[in-house]
Amino acid sequence: MFVPGNNPGMIKDAYIYNCDCIMFDLEDSVSYTEKDAARSLVFHALTTIDYGDKELVVRVNALDSSIGIDDLEAMVRARIDVIRLPKTETAQDIIFCEEQIERIEISIGMPVGTTKMMAAIESAQGVLNAPAIAKASKRLIGIALGAEDYVTDLKTNRSPEGIELLFARSMILQAARSAGISALDTVFSDVNDEEGLIAEAKHIKQLGFDGKSVINPRQIQPIIDIFTPTLKEIQKAKAVMEAIAEANRRGSGVISLNGKMIDRPIVLRAERVISLAKAAKIIS
Amino acid sequence: MEIVTTGLAGTMESSDIMVTVSKPTQAGITIELSSSVSKQFGKQIRGVILECAHKLGVMDASITAVDQGALDCVIKARVKTAIYRACLSTDYKWEV
Repeated sequence: MFVPGNNPGMIKDAYIYNCDCIMFDLEDSVSYTEKDAARSLVFHALTTIDYGDKELVVRVNALDSSIGIDDLEAMVRARIDVIRLPKTETAQDIIFCEEQIERIEISIGMPVGTTKMMAAIESAQGVLNAPAIAKASKRLIGIALGAEDYVTDLKTNRSPEGIELLFARSMILQAARSAGISALDTVFSDVNDEEGLIAEAKHIKQLGFDGKSVINPRQIQPIIDIFTPTLKEIQKAKAVMEAIAEANRRGSGVISLNGKMIDRPIVLRAERVISLAKAAKIIS
Repeated sequence: MEIVTTGLAGTMESSDIMVTVSKPTQAGITIELSSSVSKQFGKQIRGVILECAHKLGVMDASITAVDQGALDCVIKARVKTAIYRACLSTDYKWEV
């Protein structure tokens, strides 16, 4: 969930919502004249407020100005989990960001590699370079699509069907999967259109995305509902895992369930269902 | 750090505090605080403001604060930003 970096009310309450990750924004939601104020506010919030087990991310400003570098100086010192780099266009952008993070980590005696990274891809060039971007750093935990800038770059606009985003989403997904990192979808901007949000979330889940950014707490539950496995899916996954355990006990290399052979893709899908169910705290 | 102009940070929104730091009219730090919870937390808020100023090496300043129920971490952030702006400094020290 994006939280504007210069809004104390939203920053102090962010932990009460059921999102997996809080993304403090120092970029687009903060005016140019308030960059210093937002940076200081997020720094002091991160070093004071207990956000529990939520993953904490800061979207910094682009690193082509001192503003972005100052953001990194503060956020790495605040022990942020993940730095989200906006408008990533090339692998070199990631390498430069990593160099800056590493410099700061060393200067404060923090183990190198502590701070993870996420790349937001928001242009045609970024989409075409997505495979290289996704493999540019071991710190990268995911790549995300930023659709508003991207569709502007394409000289189009967003539609309810999202046809204009299909290529970018597919590229980002392939890049993420080939690098073994997460693929995260863009925000759905109309907070009053829950039906549209649900349709888009179903679409990106079917494509294979791991999650979706939100801009309002109201958008969290519909997305969780879509990404949480159904009881039927969980029962099927558990049966697969039990069949594997049984085959292992018998020392059998061939695994079958209800007369059907279970091969590796079925096992991997079952493991993913179990993992998602645990994340949703449906099973322990 | 020396105050060379007037620096302002924060807003009048709920959970925020608007802090104005100006050149001192007398030696030391003077704090003018307005808060709906000043009876309960006035001493605490003044203490946080004073501590921030001293940590940044400011010994003489006139500080006005209009509190809207800000947490201590928000007060620290706004006071420090206002001081940096009043000193025309970008030499940030990232300490809690």
